[in-house]
Amino acid sequence: MILSVASGKGGTGKTLVATSLALSLQELGPVQLLDCDVEEPNAHILLRPEIVSSEPVTVPVPVVYKGRCTYCGRCSEVCAYNAIAVASKVALVFPELCHGCGACSYVCPEDAISEVGRDVGVVESGRVGEVQFAHGRLAVGEAMAGPVIRAVKRLADPQATVILDAPPGTSCPVVETIRGSDFCLLVTEPTPFGLSDLTIAAELAREIDVPCGVVINRDGPGDEGVERYCAQEGIPVLMRIPFDRHIAEAYCRGETLVAHVPSWQRAFRDLFEGVTRLALVGSIS
Amino acid sequence: MKEIVVLSGKGGTGKTTMLASFAALAENSVLCDCDVDAPNLHLLLESQTEEAHEFYGLQGAEINRERCNECGACIIACRFGAIEDFRVNPLACEGCGLCERVCPLDAISMRDRLAGQWFVSRTKYGPLVHARLRAAQENSGKLVMAVRKRAREMAQEMNARYILSDGPPGIGCPVISSLSGASMALIVTEPSLSGIHDLKRVLGLCRHFGVSPLVCINKYDLSEENSRHIENHCGDVGVEVVGRIPFDPDVNEAVVQGRPVVEMFESAASREIRALWEAIATCPVP
Amino acid sequence: MKVGISATAPHLDADLDPRFGRCQYLLIVDTESMEFEAVENPAMSAPGGAGIQAAQAVAETGAEAVITGDCGPNAFQVLSSAGIPVFVGASGRVRDVVEAYKEGKLSPIAAASTGPGVGMRGGTRRGLGSRGRGRGGRRSRAISNH
Repeated sequence: MILSVASGKGGTGKTLVATSLALSLQELGPVQLLDCDVEEPNAHILLRPEIVSSEPVTVPVPVVYKGRCTYCGRCSEVCAYNAIAVASKVALVFPELCHGCGACSYVCPEDAISEVGRDVGVVESGRVGEVQFAHGRLAVGEAMAGPVIRAVKRLADPQATVILDAPPGTSCPVVETIRGSDFCLLVTEPTPFGLSDLTIAAELAREIDVPCGVVINRDGPGDEGVERYCAQEGIPVLMRIPFDRHIAEAYCRGETLVAHVPSWQRAFRDLFEGVTRLALVGSIS
Repeated sequence: MKEIVVLSGKGGTGKTTMLASFAALAENSVLCDCDVDAPNLHLLLESQTEEAHEFYGLQGAEINRERCNECGACIIACRFGAIEDFRVNPLACEGCGLCERVCPLDAISMRDRLAGQWFVSRTKYGPLVHARLRAAQENSGKLVMAVRKRAREMAQEMNARYILSDGPPGIGCPVISSLSGASMALIVTEPSLSGIHDLKRVLGLCRHFGVSPLVCINKYDLSEENSRHIENHCGDVGVEVVGRIPFDPDVNEAVVQGRPVVEMFESAASREIRALWEAIATCPVP
Repeated sequence: MKVGISATAPHLDADLDPRFGRCQYLLIVDTESMEFEAVENPAMSAPGGAGIQAAQAVAETGAEAVITGDCGPNAFQVLSSAGIPVFVGASGRVRDVVEAYKEGKLSPIAAASTGPGVGMRGGTRRGLGSRGRGRGGRRSRAISNH
């Protein structure tokens, strides 16, 4: 089963929930935590896994062979991203704009374009306790997270319970992460920010056909907006984590909920049971 | 005229709440929400939308099923796995146009895709330019630029002193777009290990693009040890820490009520945010 | 000779547009006769790589120099690879800017005058020129540490 943990809003506690859940499930069977927030991966800070392997993530980028190039400019005309420029007697490639689509080499009438790999990030994997761990790290200055996220997701073990820690928001990297999950947990907070961003995230989950449920973090001081929205939309609220300064301080120290207070383990196992039941229902209907 | 962009690396450190208070304190400013994926600034400023504009990003491919003979050339060519069952998945299509070229029957065409909207709203503290990108749309960078461009135009017309921009989390495309050409960047961080990790990455991003940022530690007393670590690190890399805001439940209360903190309470956080604003407003553009 | 100037409107009394990649018009001015051609900048609403597209558009007109306010790294790379010097820091009416150029008051830049384009990711970037050497071929630039 593949369970993604997302939120519309940043900082609601996705990683706290994803890592606490992974640690709570490790005695029940094989568990994997895949951190797909490749711009700012944080799960490793809470889990402290032992990293045993590191693989670069490469994307294809065109190279123009001067010997064959006639500077006709066809490649530049078809490039949707302005990643290849032809002017006078030069053909220039701008690798960071390139999406690796292959259109330029396809249209080149002289067969003058081939592709080489370019590093855009790295995937690291290892373990902590019984939890298999992997995360991706996008190189600073690179704009496209997609290829690195896809590389992380390729490590998913079909025999394991796979927990995907998603980036904040609802943009491309988030869709890339959540797509294909059996269920998505949306972590939110009971404030107008939380509600606004939860609405966007829930719409997204609906659009890509992934059933979802909500975890309300920092529950207590706030407003009823989120609860009302969930009730209205028929989205189950599966867990509430109370607002507690001690939890915040423990998080600052890099502790998961279960490290801080072991009895949380039961709560997360119950959460998982609830998710499994809902995912089953979701897949039947 | 100073354009001040607020970034964080990690989400949830308090960019928007801080910026809303700056808006209340600054005189003669234009406000800009560059977090086009999950915009929040308008929720704190009593804003009323006055203009709405459509935004088109990359095009998307469309297959004409009547012409298609299911030869599969497009599926083989597409590197993004965006064609399944001879239908283009708009969430996966990156608009490259290769499928249109390989199709032997001319059954695929590239169409403009409505990617989102941007707005100009009136608020209690000045005009606000903001936007909303539809889920999974690319070109958040281009939309950020559209928002900033309008904010700059308005600032020039009004002879505004400041443009205050709320940046998105992360270090990717939309963040880079928020940052480029800004006069100053303020990074709001928190004293958690995750926050420190992400701060270093966003500092790296600023360095990569030749921007010298200022740093503010929000909720600093949740871990004074980590706060010291942040200050030491910033000192090591030549970055100034200009604010330390204590953790304050009043801040959450202000968000719930939809108001900037400094307007509501005379609390420890309010005092520090005012001092922070003074420091930023008087700081010479680096 | 022909020079390309970023402008806010399609005539010589328009203000110079300080941005190159996303300027509204490219005026190609014959410095002797002051005859000009106004090209609407194709890159104005490009999703990305606006500087690259604008630079190509200028190169195609046969202009031998570019005068603008700021030139980002991508545009600069394309222009210098095409052998077109770039003059920045200009402002005021296009007509007056051309005069200043003719009087030798402007100096060409050796590197991009501004950070990543008004737009997309940019910064120090390595353009992979055509294989082999040659005028404007491979142009290397260190990419900062990741």
